[in-house]
Amino acid sequence: MANLKAIRIRISSVKSTRQITSAMKMVSAAKLRKAQDKIVRLRPYATKLHEILVGLSQSLADAEIENVYGRNVSREKVLVVVITSNRGLCGAFNTNVIKETRRLVSEKYQEQYRNGNLHLLAIGRKGYDFFRKQKAKMLPEQNGLLNDLSFENVSVVAGELMKSFVAGDYDCVELVYNQFKNAAVQNLTVEQFLPVETVPAGKIKSVPVDYIYEPSKEEIILELIPKSLKIQFYKAVLDSFVAEHGARMTAMHKATDNATDIIRDLTLQYNKARQASITNQILEVVSGAEALRG
Amino acid sequence: MKIEIITPDKKIFEGEVKSVRVPGKKGSFQVLKDHAPIVSTLENGPVIMHDMEGRESRYEINGGVIEVKANRIILLADSVS
Repeated sequence: MANLKAIRIRISSVKSTRQITSAMKMVSAAKLRKAQDKIVRLRPYATKLHEILVGLSQSLADAEIENVYGRNVSREKVLVVVITSNRGLCGAFNTNVIKETRRLVSEKYQEQYRNGNLHLLAIGRKGYDFFRKQKAKMLPEQNGLLNDLSFENVSVVAGELMKSFVAGDYDCVELVYNQFKNAAVQNLTVEQFLPVETVPAGKIKSVPVDYIYEPSKEEIILELIPKSLKIQFYKAVLDSFVAEHGARMTAMHKATDNATDIIRDLTLQYNKARQASITNQILEVVSGAEALRG
Repeated sequence: MKIEIITPDKKIFEGEVKSVRVPGKKGSFQVLKDHAPIVSTLENGPVIMHDMEGRESRYEINGGVIEVKANRIILLADSVS
């Protein structure tokens, strides 16, 4: 029966698909763990830096410092950084970022977009390809960043963004990315990168220690702000990277489950067809014998 | 004294030391036991540590911050080569 053969072929093709998806799931799980390690290693640095910064800005609460990264003017020139992934097969991961970016462009920054003052910077090929097709104004892509993710590489990009902000090329820089919550859940986040929102003074009450500051409080704080900005940027990219692997793992897990379901249904169908054909054959034999006897 | 040298990518060193020399912005300085609390930014240069047995170890850092408080040193380096 031709139908039997067709089902058999489908079963074997679904089986090989399942093999691929489950292998991809394993790979993503391993990559996820590695990427998570990076975040864990970043954490002590980030917390400590934040602590020092908060301590400093508390003791400086009265003195006004000239902060070039805090320049708050009307937002005429806007840069949106879209962090996606380089590869697909990770569920709604990239779609969510792209959707949110489009919403941002068409609602919050509608005016800037119409005046041609809105630029996009894509980290990740998926976002880049999409917005290039939309004819949005793009900065040169930074997709290579995700292949070799280290603080040094990311801080170069962050440094350039900060430089062009200080130079007045942009009045505002926003980040759109997926924040990692757990392997199955990503939180879509829109975060203002520049200008810096000032640390609310007096929020954290720590025991004041009489530090010696070298060279001076002001100089230290001015040096620490760009550092902490770079950390913030790195953290966003890293978060998105981890979330990507989490999303892919979940997507591949679901795909494997679905393949298993399909195989079960097909096997049932196959066995039914097989039984039917056997019944048919027996019937033919019996009725043939019956005819001979008669 | 306990020292931790941390970069954003990883923890470079953690352990007990007798003395540390760091490249401060206003010139290189040494931290010994019971140093006064200090926060200082660092330049590119060598961090030279002596452990309890007097063995020397050395890291080249590219800028960073150091915080010394109650015989605990935390050195945040941008990168270590």
